[in-house]
Amino acid sequence: MIDKKHIGLKSAPHRVEVEKGRLRFFAKAIGETNPIYTDEEAAKAAGYASLPAPPTFVFCLEMEQPNPFEDLETMGIDLGKLLHAEQSFRYHAPICAGDCLTFEKQVSDIYDKKGGALEFVVQDSRVKNQTGELVAELRRVIVVRNKT
Amino acid sequence: MSQITYRSVQVGDEIPAYTTAPISRTTLALYAGASGDHNPIHIDIDFAKKFGMPDVFAQGMLNMAYLGRVLTGWVPQTAIRQYGIRFAAITAVHDRISCHGKIVEKYQQNGEHLVRLEVTATNQEGEIKLSGQAVIALP
Repeated sequence: MIDKKHIGLKSAPHRVEVEKGRLRFFAKAIGETNPIYTDEEAAKAAGYASLPAPPTFVFCLEMEQPNPFEDLETMGIDLGKLLHAEQSFRYHAPICAGDCLTFEKQVSDIYDKKGGALEFVVQDSRVKNQTGELVAELRRVIVVRNKT
Repeated sequence: MSQITYRSVQVGDEIPAYTTAPISRTTLALYAGASGDHNPIHIDIDFAKKFGMPDVFAQGMLNMAYLGRVLTGWVPQTAIRQYGIRFAAITAVHDRISCHGKIVEKYQQNGEHLVRLEVTATNQEGEIKLSGQAVIALP
């Protein structure tokens, strides 16, 4: 069982730059054809500072670090038994190419179902841009499947 | 395009749906590179078989990105306040994903006119892959 003492566990702040080329590549990979996601002039005409990051891309930015699973390993979780159960976002301001984001992540809950066969970990992240403005919040729920 | 407003939409309205092309192995490779999720279970059949899977399968976040396109295809992205989903089932190679959204609530909060949508992604057999909600601010 995952020790509930880890509720409140904070990860070291993670800083990452939003790159134009990656945004174009991401738009291609998800079949996004609206020119605001690939053509900077179109993005500016639509009121963005530069190419905007599509809604789920901020998740990718959070994973952009040497070991995105460090907190889960600290909790002794076997990554092979882990599944992504839920993902949600709250958006406060656009994230655009050229932004430098800081992620602050913490474990906000740990609970189990089916007598411990399934254990859930809730991770919440707050994302600020280079001006200190809160741009997004992420919540990830992962499930650990234990053999019973 | 006529502007979508709080007044012009009703609970029960469906927003324009779309269906992806069959998910190819190339799609999975491109998404792995673009997303930074290099987990080989999605791109290397040898690795997948070693872990007891018959084949590679799609990244869950690829489906969430597809489903997000139903929102950005309907309103400017800056109108999206919340977007959240639950992963319901694994998506196989060659599945076609249909993305749908339906307005389930209209309400006002913090001076904004908001609509809550139920969003779902299903495959060609109607099997639910993702289900969730989005909150959109409308003028």
